[in-house]
Amino acid sequence: MTPSAATPPRLPVARPPTAWQTGANVVFRGLTHAFGGAVVVLLAGIVFEVLRHASPAVSKYGAGFVSGSVWDANRNEFGILPEIGGTLYTSFWALLLAGFLGVTLALVLSQGFLHRRYEVVMKNVVELLAAIPSVVYGLWGIFVLVPLLRPGAAWLNDHFPNFPLFATRLSGPGILPASLVLAIMILPTVTAVSREAMAAVPPRLAAAAYGLGATRWEVIFRVTLPTASGGIFGALVLGLGRAFGETMALAMLAGNAPNFSWSLFSPGNTLAALLANHFPEAGEFEVGALMYAALVLLLITLAVNVVGSLIMVRATAGLRGLR
Amino acid sequence: MNADMSTQASLAAAPEVATGAPAPAAAGPVLMDCRVEHIFYGSFLAVRNAEVPIIANEITAFIGPSGCGKSTVLRSLNRMNDFVPGFRMEGHVHYRGQDIYAPGVDPVAVRRSIGMVFQQPNPFATSIYNNVAFGLKLNRFKGDYAERIEKALRGAALWDEVKDKLNSSGLALSGGQQQRLCIARAIAVEPDLLLMDEPCSALDPIATRRVEELMLELKQTYTIAIVTHNLQQAQRVADRTAFFFVDTSAGGRTGYLIEYRPTQELFGDPKEEQTRAYIRGDFS
Repeated sequence: MTPSAATPPRLPVARPPTAWQTGANVVFRGLTHAFGGAVVVLLAGIVFEVLRHASPAVSKYGAGFVSGSVWDANRNEFGILPEIGGTLYTSFWALLLAGFLGVTLALVLSQGFLHRRYEVVMKNVVELLAAIPSVVYGLWGIFVLVPLLRPGAAWLNDHFPNFPLFATRLSGPGILPASLVLAIMILPTVTAVSREAMAAVPPRLAAAAYGLGATRWEVIFRVTLPTASGGIFGALVLGLGRAFGETMALAMLAGNAPNFSWSLFSPGNTLAALLANHFPEAGEFEVGALMYAALVLLLITLAVNVVGSLIMVRATAGLRGLR
Repeated sequence: MNADMSTQASLAAAPEVATGAPAPAAAGPVLMDCRVEHIFYGSFLAVRNAEVPIIANEITAFIGPSGCGKSTVLRSLNRMNDFVPGFRMEGHVHYRGQDIYAPGVDPVAVRRSIGMVFQQPNPFATSIYNNVAFGLKLNRFKGDYAERIEKALRGAALWDEVKDKLNSSGLALSGGQQQRLCIARAIAVEPDLLLMDEPCSALDPIATRRVEELMLELKQTYTIAIVTHNLQQAQRVADRTAFFFVDTSAGGRTGYLIEYRPTQELFGDPKEEQTRAYIRGDFS
């Protein structure tokens, strides 16, 4: 018996793909690979350029650049310790505030507290905050927020002059207005990403908890938040990354002062604001130093993202099999 | 506040069990006197005329075609339907003589005495230990957690399989193990009544068998009400079976009770024609 005897007759509608279809498939696959690779090349190119321009300054100033606190272009003396401190300090306050507010907002927007229609409206309003240009935030900070904060800051300084956070007077731009504006700027990211994480918690888990006699708060605190914790953490890391890199509003609001103080009311500076303020008039040596500063900023952001991703992988390892 | 407290107290410690309700055949004490007249979702009449007294230390099965309201009735026994918008019930559910739908009764307190196992295994995204401890923590249990958790896991016939990995994730277990974990979680708080809503429909035949054996063991200590699509399952485990059917005559889809009798009688000699046709497999 020949093998063909056992094969059923070919169906009239079935036909192999045409040469054109096969070819299109190959081209499509090639294109996706090329674009995917282009992103990696682009990133590598940026890192390479920053490294190339920074390397003279790196070899000249070495580690002293990171620990030094004087920025004097005339004497070619450069140090960025206050700016590193300012970046971390403003971002810390911004993250604290935006984290609390954003996670709370995400809860309100995902746990059925509001009618569906208002949920959608609120969600879009929060996300619209991301559409406001950075420079507008800066202007708003200078002309609205700072005058608004001044009386309260003066009162705090008068009554608690020895408390480190209130040790100086708010004269204008400073750490507090910068952190507040930064918090508003990263709020949409934190809210949107953590809301997604909470909405993705399967409803059957909440049903299980209710079935055991949990109240609504117990369901939220014992089931929804722990299950979404990986995603919420990711939202915070994303927000922190944005806060580190935010430039224009901070260049206008941080105070551009080359010193660091724990006082919320004193002016300070951040790495990104330093770059924005100094690049336009920088001479040859200063550009090299600024590139070094840019490299440090890049490394800090990269480190936060890598550590954040690692923690997230660990946190979500237990969630496999949930969906 | 005071009314809530006293209600909780009476739910937890009502000494005697109501016995007056009309129960079919030779029956033990009625643990839950369930007499549903109507259940509405908004203006939609989902169930009418379902009187299903649940006898203590028995397994009661609810069977019937899809849409016959058997799950709806089961979920109204621990007020899980409260979450469905527009839910409204006429009739009463008396649990140990106390109307669980009376004003002032906290549904949370009801659900703490009446456990539930769902169709889909739904362990929390945490360790096996914490899954079982969940209900104990909700109830601010102060005793020996390890002992209670071992007892619950033994009760759910899962202990030998997980005793060495109590700290690993409940989600890493197989589907059948996950469902037994959910049963352990439900019985850890030693509920009076265990509601099971098609607990085996997501399980393979071997896991199904294990859960059925488990139900027969649990019957010694607990009372069980189970919704099932599987007629053989009802025959294998249930002492009493309630057959529900769908009434489409008024244009809607309203479930109602056809007959509720000891399982052997219902399957051996059904009184109603619909029951006879259904268990013969004429429609499902």
